[in-house]
Amino acid sequence: MKKIKKKKNKITEGVKTPILTQHFARRLKVQDNINTDYVISGRYKFRIQDPKELCKHIFEDIDPEFAARVKKGDILVAGENFGCGSSREQAPQSLKTAGFYAVIAKSFARIFYRNAFNIGLMLIECNTGFIDDGDTVELDIERGKLKDVSKGLVFDVKPIPYVMKKLLEDGGVIEHFKKYGGFSFNEQA
Amino acid sequence: MASTIAEKILSNHCGKDVRALDIAVCDVDFCFGQDGTSSIVIDSFRKLGLGKVFDKNKFCMVIDHSAPSPNIGVSEIHKKMRIFAKEFDLGLYDSGCGVCHQIVPQYGHVTCGDLVLGADSHTCTYGAINVFSTGVGSTDIAITLASGKNWFKVPETIKVIVNGKLPVGVYSKDIILHIAKDIGSNGATYKSVEFYGEAISDLSVDARLTISNMAVEIGAKIGIMEADNKVLKWVAGKSKRAPKPVQADIGARYVAVKEYDISKLSPQIAKPHAVDNVSDVGELAQQRIDQAFLGTCTNGRLEDLEIAAKILKRNKVNPEVKFIIAPASREIFLEASKKGLIDIFIEAGCVVVGPGCGPCVGTHNGILADGEVAISTANRNFKGRMGNPNSFIYLASPATVAASAIKGSIADPREYKKRLA
Repeated sequence: MKKIKKKKNKITEGVKTPILTQHFARRLKVQDNINTDYVISGRYKFRIQDPKELCKHIFEDIDPEFAARVKKGDILVAGENFGCGSSREQAPQSLKTAGFYAVIAKSFARIFYRNAFNIGLMLIECNTGFIDDGDTVELDIERGKLKDVSKGLVFDVKPIPYVMKKLLEDGGVIEHFKKYGGFSFNEQA
Repeated sequence: MASTIAEKILSNHCGKDVRALDIAVCDVDFCFGQDGTSSIVIDSFRKLGLGKVFDKNKFCMVIDHSAPSPNIGVSEIHKKMRIFAKEFDLGLYDSGCGVCHQIVPQYGHVTCGDLVLGADSHTCTYGAINVFSTGVGSTDIAITLASGKNWFKVPETIKVIVNGKLPVGVYSKDIILHIAKDIGSNGATYKSVEFYGEAISDLSVDARLTISNMAVEIGAKIGIMEADNKVLKWVAGKSKRAPKPVQADIGARYVAVKEYDISKLSPQIAKPHAVDNVSDVGELAQQRIDQAFLGTCTNGRLEDLEIAAKILKRNKVNPEVKFIIAPASREIFLEASKKGLIDIFIEAGCVVVGPGCGPCVGTHNGILADGEVAISTANRNFKGRMGNPNSFIYLASPATVAASAIKGSIADPREYKKRLA
């Protein structure tokens, strides 16, 4: 991951300084309905507790070579209903530990969606049909833009809901809870 | 303003009137984890650093996914759960007690109108007894264990009405597979599904649990039903707390209304590797099978075992087929034994294993070889689900699974119409 412009996220006259981050896109051959069994198989998650060990086996049942190609700061690209099925938190945890900066998909299943933000893994909803494996993409979360640098295309991403953004800013739900002694979503929620 | 069941239950638990898409911080009546998820519940709880739980009576852990342990890694997780349970004086159902989704309602931990979280995606099962229950991850359970609360986005609601009388040999599993085919695995994502209709009312509570259990397979947050007399009678013998049945108001807002007529429904089968990839049984008549499995939180209850026993009585499992049966709980196992069902299974050549999830989640008790084909009463047929990514899983009702185990290929249980009537 190359950070091309990173400044402290302070508010200046109500406008946040944009943070642009650049990443390699990693795209599986299978795109839609990737369930959490596929993210991390029950063969491993029931007996291995160490996330560093678990993350070596991500997507093993649908693409055994995939895990070895992932580099820190990459973005995972998927289609509809990513993360459906089992509630295993080992799924987002393994993706985060493997080095993924975020997952971009057309849509996410709800338990996975909660789990990811709870542990501080960013999920972005966007039309992903145009992104190929190995493309360089640039993210501007504040402005809600995703640029496929390799193709020179810019797309809008769905704004991250307030609650999720808050959890992400605080470093996950545990840190959020410790910081405020409970949930603190204010009226903006 | 008129409310859906989801809006009412969440409003009742957050002290204000909330509507679909609102965010609410709610009091949770009960939460739990199983042995695939509790390890992270424990880690996350310890990270919170509070040193105490909110209410020890509103939480339990169940050892069911790999019970008894098949390897050292799992044994270490089980040990960690036992130590944690002792330290905080928490309820623990150890190996042999049963599958969490049978244990939690059977031991009366939940009742009508409750708000329940489980670190297991099939927590939606208790929707059948009018509970707003949904699966979450381990850290969400840790937060609720510590605080008694969690946050919820109030779901929009889809109304599903199931009309007609079920034909002989066709069951609630066939209804939900039929609905999954129509709605799709993504069709109810983040939604509450309310089930109504003559076909639902006619079902026993056991059979209704099968339908709510699979609500998550269409993406739903909950799959909930009203509490009729059957439900009130069912919970009365189990929970010490008074039920608070919740009905939707006339004029409640639904994002979609779906109607089905099941009076001519055939037995349904979900084909590899997706739950919504569903066919009528007749289209798969030549499909050979190597293994059959009866059990799970979907179809491991007494009624399911009784249906299978009717078909298996004085019959033999095909010599080419391994038929594994896991009752969903110790009580069910015992009841089945008293009723002579276990004798029927063993005489037919079945392998009866202890209560638990093993075969369904591929942890032990029947891992498939490369190229092998299984027919199962479970709720998921994802690639690799039963432990081998090079195997194939078909999902069906207990009757279809039993009939297929005898034939050695996918069979129509209506061949046993006289026994099943």
